[in-house]
Amino acid sequence: MATFDEPGYYDPDELVQIQRHPPVTPWMETPVDFRPGTFIYPGKPKNLHVLGLPHPHEWAVTDADWKLPQGWQQIILDGMAERLSRYRSFQLFMDICVRCGACADKCHFFIGSGDPKNMPVLRAELLRSIYRKDFTALGKVFGKLAGGRPLTEDVIKEWFYYFYQCTECRRCSVFCPYGIDTAEITMMGRELLGLLGLYVNWVIEPVANCYRFGNHLGIQPHGMVDTLEFMAGDIEEATGITVDLPINKKGAEILFFTPSGDFVADPGIYTCMAYMLLFHELGIDYTWSTYASDGGNFGLFTSHETMKRLNAKIYAEAKRLGVKWILGGECGHMWRVVHQYMNTMNGPADFLEVPTSPVTGTVFEHARSAKTVHIMEFLADVIKHGKLPLDPARNDHIRVTFHDSCNPARGMGILEEPRYVLRNVCNHFYEMPENTIREQTFCCGGGAGLGTDENMEMRLRGGLPRGNAVRYVQERYGVNQLAAMCAIDRATLVTVCDYWAPGVNVTGISELVANATVFRGEKRRTHNLRLEPIPGMADELADADAVLETRGEVGAHA
Amino acid sequence: METKQLGGKPIEIDEDGFIQDPGSWDEAVARDLALTESVAEMTDDHWKVVNYLRQYYLQYNMAPMIRKLCKETGFKLKEIYDLFPSGPAKGACKVAGLPKPTGCV
Repeated sequence: MATFDEPGYYDPDELVQIQRHPPVTPWMETPVDFRPGTFIYPGKPKNLHVLGLPHPHEWAVTDADWKLPQGWQQIILDGMAERLSRYRSFQLFMDICVRCGACADKCHFFIGSGDPKNMPVLRAELLRSIYRKDFTALGKVFGKLAGGRPLTEDVIKEWFYYFYQCTECRRCSVFCPYGIDTAEITMMGRELLGLLGLYVNWVIEPVANCYRFGNHLGIQPHGMVDTLEFMAGDIEEATGITVDLPINKKGAEILFFTPSGDFVADPGIYTCMAYMLLFHELGIDYTWSTYASDGGNFGLFTSHETMKRLNAKIYAEAKRLGVKWILGGECGHMWRVVHQYMNTMNGPADFLEVPTSPVTGTVFEHARSAKTVHIMEFLADVIKHGKLPLDPARNDHIRVTFHDSCNPARGMGILEEPRYVLRNVCNHFYEMPENTIREQTFCCGGGAGLGTDENMEMRLRGGLPRGNAVRYVQERYGVNQLAAMCAIDRATLVTVCDYWAPGVNVTGISELVANATVFRGEKRRTHNLRLEPIPGMADELADADAVLETRGEVGAHA
Repeated sequence: METKQLGGKPIEIDEDGFIQDPGSWDEAVARDLALTESVAEMTDDHWKVVNYLRQYYLQYNMAPMIRKLCKETGFKLKEIYDLFPSGPAKGACKVAGLPKPTGCV
């Protein structure tokens, strides 16, 4: 018997029934209904203690009394004043919205839930109404008439509910004629809640782990070594290749880091195995780090200060190990942190060199400042130069579509590289409809710290637009696999696909690359990295030999 | 934080029923946790999974990847679901007294 935190609890036709009638009461007089499946559990005090965050306390979302600290209203107002003066963007976004409504139906949570407070304009208004009342002359005099409202405990509860029903995906901001970035408003809202000791545990526990151990899962050095060694064993079983396992190697050319979810979670582990294989094949002098052991940074979902503290390890470790530059794996939000904050936040990294591919000699000019390159940029360049012997027919049983992850796609414009790589390693690649991909991509519904099971109903509702687009290519083209270059995607889209497009499974891109690569010295490849039999592999052996022969080696399968 | 009688003693659990202090775990606690996971009786196969998870956790302070759990215990993933209906992470790890995993998982 499934419970509310399992997808099986929801009938296949249940969540497509969406309440499209707004409540009869005005929005300011409609308190939050905390329904199981639509909110996330509070941050545990022990995690706040680890981080030295203010007002750690026990509370429950469904309690009437959230045990807010003495003088909490003043704490919030002071916090807002500080942030308004510190972030020009925040001030601007509070002032310039004309409520045109262009963003209203662009949010996956509004589309999937029908809750008007999930319209980005209204979600922002939850905070903006306090700004109007206490920070504008009109609001101070005219109050509600000027769109202001008093700061009450119900407002705090509403913030908590809706700022943790936003994945900071920024799809709404693509459509805003003023360029208001609603994700930044959510970030401010979460920071303010944090001043009262209010966090969700799904974010603050990974943050506390990351602060102590360098990664969200709290993996210690010996655990990481054991994990990578186990993967190396599976790699050998699948390919016959013994890969090197450089860990904390001083003087290596490249520091490699990737989200820690890919050390333990299925299917991310296969992408992690793929990195090891590909680096081995390309002969790259790289190293893992047991200190800078996570590309992910849930600090981004907590506060600017927390993000900065967690991210400091990246450059520090690069300096300690004496590497020349940094390569990052298939992580989503990491790329927002790395390319939009890292060099000013933790840099300058003037002890590093401009990243240059040791395989092709390509200089990654765009990474001149952050000194950090994305694995898809790196692999696209390797493939473009013909440095990886590929046999895409090995992936012929796969009909793949590509999910643009919000941060790399919308945030950074990494749109072409993953597609170029996919087209080179898969013969059957199909795009989802154009208003659901690239800059307009729909979120997985579980990003920004929302991917926990007690939030299952909202995850599935928020996943409806993405799931619906997957279903479209599944029915039209027979798509059976969805590729994504983000660990949160790999974890949460499995659930979204199971519910909205059953039969489609999830993969990282590097996994597909490794499965299509004809490695030097490989044994007869009958199984992929998941150790599943590869359909029709016997016919392909001759093709693989042909690839080897063209580069002057004797076919391994002759 | 809720406190529950498990194995004859009061033990703190979180909203999902995971025990908060791994040190308070013993076999009697495991048997009571199993009841919350619709496991009426802990068989040798159940103990094999739980003891492996427990031993791995004590050594490495983390849960092993599921693939490793399967390989080391000899059970297929489906068989682990047969033993623990909520699966290895939410079911077996809970009975073994491990914390709920968090992050990009």
